[in-house]
Amino acid sequence: MAPPYQKMTASDILDLYFIENRARLLDVASFLDRIDRYEGAEEAKKDFRYQAFVNAVDILRSSARERTVAIQQSFSDQTTEPLESAIGLKAFGAWDGGK
Amino acid sequence: MKAIDPHIHMVSRTTDDYLKLAISGIHTVTEPAFWAGFDRSSAESFRDYFYHLTVTEPARAARFGVRHFCWIGLNSKEAENLEIAADVLAIMPEFLEAATSVGIGEVGLNKNSRNEIKVLEQQLELAVSRNELLLIHTPHLEDKLKGTRIIMEMILSEPRLDPSRVLIDHAEEHTIKEIKDNGFWFGLTLYPNSKGSPERAIDAVEIHGTDRICINSSADWSVSDPLSVLKCANEMRRRGHPEEAITKVFYDNPRTFLSQCPKFQAG
Repeated sequence: MAPPYQKMTASDILDLYFIENRARLLDVASFLDRIDRYEGAEEAKKDFRYQAFVNAVDILRSSARERTVAIQQSFSDQTTEPLESAIGLKAFGAWDGGK
Repeated sequence: MKAIDPHIHMVSRTTDDYLKLAISGIHTVTEPAFWAGFDRSSAESFRDYFYHLTVTEPARAARFGVRHFCWIGLNSKEAENLEIAADVLAIMPEFLEAATSVGIGEVGLNKNSRNEIKVLEQQLELAVSRNELLLIHTPHLEDKLKGTRIIMEMILSEPRLDPSRVLIDHAEEHTIKEIKDNGFWFGLTLYPNSKGSPERAIDAVEIHGTDRICINSSADWSVSDPLSVLKCANEMRRRGHPEEAITKVFYDNPRTFLSQCPKFQAG
């Protein structure tokens, strides 16, 4: 680890953040296992949010840079036309394709 | 260190939080008008809220040596009812005159609907006519990219609005570059569970630089942390960034943006 107030290296970043991100990865795995374990798993897996989530996991596994931007884009509504009304609508975290 | 939280909803926080802010180094905050967690039933409810923002909250903050400024506006979640929206816009000038009001905000879009756009247009016109600073709320989650683009197009098509007097808030990785390229200030929000973390915010500083960025807690009535701005500063510090750069992001930048309103004075 670099001494304080000096520019860090990639190895320093790995040292600093590995354990907490290992835990986050296990949270994601546990979330997907939980869906598998509960009744109605097949139905839940057809939901647009689940589909968007596993698509994001695929992006995560890619070697391309800027994975964060790519995942944010993948969850986003890419259309440009305003909605006629927002009454009763809320955000879900993934775009449902305008259904 | 000293820091400014340019976006925190103190009406939703306990008095203890003012003490925490004061002893931790946050001596100046600005509080945008926002959604109360339910839709208000009339403009009179907004009148009481604006009174709270301009009179009650600065006095509560002052007991702890915290300078409290506010933004007056109609949030986009309550913009579908055009009748109430018109009534609210009619009373806004009275509260924009307050000694601690620094501009119009947080206004913007929520689900990117036609009525939200109409009401935002009216509030942009009000900002032009009064030469007010603007604090823009961008939509949540899947609606953010589209909404941010619509908002920027609206502002950029109005030549009387100067992007350097507009802060587009709740920016995230996929919107920062476009916002900055268009000359706006941008805000990053540290909000557990649904928005950004200190780690991601400092990643953004490293990728996009220290210019025209303000980092805020948006602490309110939901799961949130009024000291998250300082925790984020500490994240920048532990990565080895120089103290001058940390001070620029967490104190100088919000002071520079907000000082475009002559009523603002940082503590």
